[in-house]
Amino acid sequence: MELFWYSVLIVMLAVYVVFDGYDFGAGIVHLFFAKKEEDKKLITKSIGPFWDANEVWLIAAGGLLFFAFPLLYASAFSGFYLPLMMILWLLIFRAIGLELREQIHHSMWHAVWDKAFGISSLLLALFFGLALGNVVRGVNLGGVENGVSAYEATYFFLPLWNSSLDPLAERLGVIDWFTLLLGIIAVISLTIHGANWVILKTKSSINEQLKKIIFRLNFGLVFFLILSISTLDIVQPNIFDNYTEHVWLFIFPILTTLGLLGLFWVRNFKNELFGFLCSTLFLFGGFTTTAAAMYPVLLPSTNAINKSLTVFNTITEGYGLWVGLNWFFIGIILVVLYFVVQHRVFKGKMDDIEYGDH
Amino acid sequence: MEDMLFYDRMQFAFTITFHYLFPQLTMGLSLIIVYFKWKFLRTDNLAYNQAAKFWMKIFAINFSMGVVTGIPMEFQFGTNWAKFSELTGGVVGQTLAMEGMFSFFLESSFLGLFLFGEKLLGHKLHFLTGFLVFLGSWMSGWFILATNAWMQHPVGYEILENGKFVLTHFSELFTNPWLLPAYLHNQAASLVTAAFVVASIGAFYVLSKKHKEFGVLFLKTGVVFGLIAAFIVAFPTGDMNAKNVAKYQPASFAAMEGIFHTEEGGAEIVLIGQPNMKEQRLDNKFAVPNVLSFLTYQDWNAEVKGLNEFDKKDWPTNVPGLYYSYHIMVGLGTIFIGLMALAAFLLWRGILVKTKWILWAILFAVPFPYIANITGWYTAELGRQPWLVYDLMRTTAGASPTVSSGNTLFTFLGFIGLYLLLGLLFLLLVGKLVHKGPETLKS
Repeated sequence: MELFWYSVLIVMLAVYVVFDGYDFGAGIVHLFFAKKEEDKKLITKSIGPFWDANEVWLIAAGGLLFFAFPLLYASAFSGFYLPLMMILWLLIFRAIGLELREQIHHSMWHAVWDKAFGISSLLLALFFGLALGNVVRGVNLGGVENGVSAYEATYFFLPLWNSSLDPLAERLGVIDWFTLLLGIIAVISLTIHGANWVILKTKSSINEQLKKIIFRLNFGLVFFLILSISTLDIVQPNIFDNYTEHVWLFIFPILTTLGLLGLFWVRNFKNELFGFLCSTLFLFGGFTTTAAAMYPVLLPSTNAINKSLTVFNTITEGYGLWVGLNWFFIGIILVVLYFVVQHRVFKGKMDDIEYGDH
Repeated sequence: MEDMLFYDRMQFAFTITFHYLFPQLTMGLSLIIVYFKWKFLRTDNLAYNQAAKFWMKIFAINFSMGVVTGIPMEFQFGTNWAKFSELTGGVVGQTLAMEGMFSFFLESSFLGLFLFGEKLLGHKLHFLTGFLVFLGSWMSGWFILATNAWMQHPVGYEILENGKFVLTHFSELFTNPWLLPAYLHNQAASLVTAAFVVASIGAFYVLSKKHKEFGVLFLKTGVVFGLIAAFIVAFPTGDMNAKNVAKYQPASFAAMEGIFHTEEGGAEIVLIGQPNMKEQRLDNKFAVPNVLSFLTYQDWNAEVKGLNEFDKKDWPTNVPGLYYSYHIMVGLGTIFIGLMALAAFLLWRGILVKTKWILWAILFAVPFPYIANITGWYTAELGRQPWLVYDLMRTTAGASPTVSSGNTLFTFLGFIGLYLLLGLLFLLLVGKLVHKGPETLKS
């Protein structure tokens, strides 16, 4: 039961990363690479009918986390209070940027909401990378100082940064050099992913340029990935244990690598879907690789006094989980159905889709 | 500690109040849009389709506002009310997770289709997507009300030794006697808001002599929906809710009605008066004898317990706030029935469109259903205090243990600033849409 709900949660989050990832990425592409008004318009149009449903994966994953692992939900959401609130504000800014841009036709109005949409997309990609970094690195559960817990053993609170940006310090911050590394990886990989989406769903004038950009950015991505994996040992020495014990888990990193390498050929693909599938494979694989390494830990403790939060000590009681199993299966079938309907109606390039009738 | 709880509560109250300005319109309005689209399919009269499209645009802005202000609500359970989440997640996590799985996906997937897909889908399928959006938003209300009903009147649970609430009977979450009356009351009230908005824009178009054919259509539709919904809000749903409060939360009932002392031989119904907490009575009271006893128990002489019968630590924390919220809600609800009944009478006589003074009244009535909806929720939530889970878990026990008051005040101020901006943009855009009006009737 623990493993099942862990897998459900991880898959929902991975799907969220892939889906909202492309619209964050489209926002970053929009910010840096789209210069002409038509291209900007096309990019927002290409995610117009989807971004809202994509964000629901986050809400649904949050709901399932609350339902299945209430202690983790409570501990992590209160402990990461400040970054989560900032993510909320950014999500709001981004959504109003997207929704309001086309409501008034004036170049200054467009300029303001283009920036709001682009910059908040960029920052969100960074924040989600930081969040993953924090979960991998762990937190000071119980707020231990000099060997004494300041809070209950399952709670913590993290400021945004500490003065040294050191992931091994006793007083940790959300931002340190290790989490920042993952933040950068998130930004680069989502930019690539978003660019693939734009190429796939539009006939924008920058499509060819974007393929070159993906090619170049991918070198950066490889560089930062190697850097982060080589420093992982300093931050989380035991993180490779699951892989040495269960060799079949290597399927996840292998898929990730395939996606990553495939991106180097993005200029040669005849079918534009392949590029998008490569970045999807990379994101999905990267996320599940991390999750497979962490299991059963959900949030590692950085001190020796309090135990890490795991699926076993945070899961709710059996009866509720069993009931949940029943409605979850019905729910997920419906969700897949909606998804298929939605993407069949809006299949192909989005250039000619019109909002309402105007 | 006291400060922290205060800011946590203020932030939640502020963000939920602002949030609920939007869903209360979208839930009701989705029904009216579906009605317009259905009339178009039945009659082939293009005006109905244009009307549906016009309201769809207003709906879209409200829906976006509802989504972006709704995500903070789910997050705050964890960020600000971590102890509550930890201890009750096994129960309320069910209904909240189900809301995500069953209604948010439905709404958001089909809203995209509804807004962008008219040409691709054809009218019948377009109607269906509209209907699914309506279904999703009403289901969302159902799960939220189920969650709230459990907090108001907990059922189907067991408390473990470590203080955690766990679910024992899933179906009881949805057969909770608190749930159905509260849900119907809430949905009807949402329809009142939507109907008043539709009627008000209609009155505006008629009075300003712009888009007059649509003005008349909106006015008629709004008045008919408004009258039916306003009536249902009061009877039977409002009545059923009041009886539930009297039965399950007698201390809140006493505070709501302003009954400080149990009265011999039947309780009076207070129409006006100001709670004087120091002397525990109402100042400037205007009341009708025995009516409250009759309304609550169908017996003119039945006893209604006053606040004096309850331990002071179990009194609602804000008695005057609760009393005013309730009285504002009931007062406005009564006025709505009167206004809409009058308008419906004039409509029946065929002189509504020509009767200027009532058009002005309908035009300016538009903020009041919002106020009534919000004060209705204040009545429910202030009435639940000092409990998070009625009679079982106090509000003081639910806040996050590690978030300091400085951090909560910081985010509270942030929300105030951000929502002020959101509110201004919302008014600007809706104003622009209303000013532009529906597209004209050429095909």
